[in-house]
Amino acid sequence: MARMKFLCDADRCIECNACVTACKNEHEVPWGINRRRVVTLNDGKPGERSVSMACMHCTDAPCAAVCPVNCFYTTADAVVLHSKDICIGCGYCFYACPFGAPQYPRVGNFGSRGKMDKCTYCSGGPEPDFSTAEYEKYGSNRLAEGKLPLCAEMCSTKALLAGDGEMIAEIYKQRVIKRGYGSGAWGWKTAYRETVAI
Amino acid sequence: MRRATTFLSTLLLAVMLFAVPGALSPAQAQNPIQADGQNPMGARPTADSVNEEFLFKQESKIRGRVSIPDGKSANLIQPQGREYQNFRERWLPWIGALVILGMLAALGVFFLFRGRIMMEHSQESGKKILRFNAFERFTHWMTAVCFIILSLSGLNYIFGKRLLMPLIGPEAFGALAQWAKYSHVYLAWPFMLGVAFMFVLWIRDNIPSKVDWAWIKAGGGFIGKGHPHAGRFNAGQKGVFWMVAGFGAAMAATGLMMLFPFALTDINGMQVMQVIHSVIGIVFIAGILAHIYIGTLGMEGAYDAMGSGKVDLAWARAHHDLWVEQEQARTGSGPQLKGHPAPAE
Repeated sequence: MARMKFLCDADRCIECNACVTACKNEHEVPWGINRRRVVTLNDGKPGERSVSMACMHCTDAPCAAVCPVNCFYTTADAVVLHSKDICIGCGYCFYACPFGAPQYPRVGNFGSRGKMDKCTYCSGGPEPDFSTAEYEKYGSNRLAEGKLPLCAEMCSTKALLAGDGEMIAEIYKQRVIKRGYGSGAWGWKTAYRETVAI
Repeated sequence: MRRATTFLSTLLLAVMLFAVPGALSPAQAQNPIQADGQNPMGARPTADSVNEEFLFKQESKIRGRVSIPDGKSANLIQPQGREYQNFRERWLPWIGALVILGMLAALGVFFLFRGRIMMEHSQESGKKILRFNAFERFTHWMTAVCFIILSLSGLNYIFGKRLLMPLIGPEAFGALAQWAKYSHVYLAWPFMLGVAFMFVLWIRDNIPSKVDWAWIKAGGGFIGKGHPHAGRFNAGQKGVFWMVAGFGAAMAATGLMMLFPFALTDINGMQVMQVIHSVIGIVFIAGILAHIYIGTLGMEGAYDAMGSGKVDLAWARAHHDLWVEQEQARTGSGPQLKGHPAPAE
């Protein structure tokens, strides 16, 4: 089985935000929730870089560990998913997530946030594949169709890579060797406790 | 005049033109023009970009700019989430289990050795004295009921998935935990109100005094025989009062921060609030367990104070002699409540 990961090649990301838009459209993500976002570092300064970030589907995922109701589970492809039926909206996963991935429909009302929503690596939830319930709660299930996450698939500069960790790391390595530089695999150390050695 | 201005600005321009190449020279020394001369500035704009390692040296988390209104999403990576995970999953369950079970064990050992502290009888036995009026008892029990539910729903955040979930299954536990969360969030308000009321009601009788020091030195009557002097509240009860006031305030402050997340603090602040709230909560529960023990099982006659509000005069004289004197002096006629003559023995 593959070990699915994301890798954003910041030297290629042009901050077009198409990944964000594609994700919102594909899964009909509600207003106010962004499963993916593009963060610009050193904005307007020399060396500015943009990184597209969503759930990294961590190894020993902090969200899953701190969840008081154990609503998270990891699929055979190492994708971290959760059940909105069990989630109580306590917000702990947001405090634990190094990447700010968990999102909630509400903030107010004494912290009654509603069910948590996050990137599913385009692979739905615990409901049967392609069911209406799955689509309504988690969005489409591209992985079950044999497709990779849409954000990476439609990235115009191929900055965002999705797929088996070893394969995308190899693609990134080749790029770095060819062009002679690379700002690294953002977040990999925190998410997977390893980085892409070049 | 105009000519002077023109002259000055020309001079300034000249100075700038000469100064700029001078200012650039150190940068050029750092980035010498490549032999192939592709970049006249000598900089490699793509290669000299920011990277993770460099940013983590400057700050503990990586922040940037986002084009969406949610300011929290500007945090790209906050590795502190891993530390929070470590505390919550590795340390907190052990802290909770050791402190709470440790207190229960200590109370059990105390009960085995000391047993129930029985009432001592005197000629005043059977007469009653009002210790807590209806409003005081209402405040106490409102706070107490809230505290018990808050404790159980709070402990559920730590131990529920470990103890309860395997027993009743994830769906039932999810539903239960949802209601526990709502009760935790909404009962926090009457609890805070109760703590505030108790603080105002009883602070007058809880100012530490010299009598308390003597009470502590005498072992509070728990160890050895006889009763040291005590006012309306002895040093132990004053300890409970100040614990409830202090921990109550700390729980309220950290709890309110969580009820209104990110209103006053950022992600790391929220993590710290969680840590404080959980650790103080656990110590608070252990402290209140001791309070419940001594108010019910541990001492005969003590429960009446919060039950009916009226305690046996002999008990009151033994445990709170200075208060009884004060009350008798205040009411003049003595401690009796109307319609409660002492039964003939």
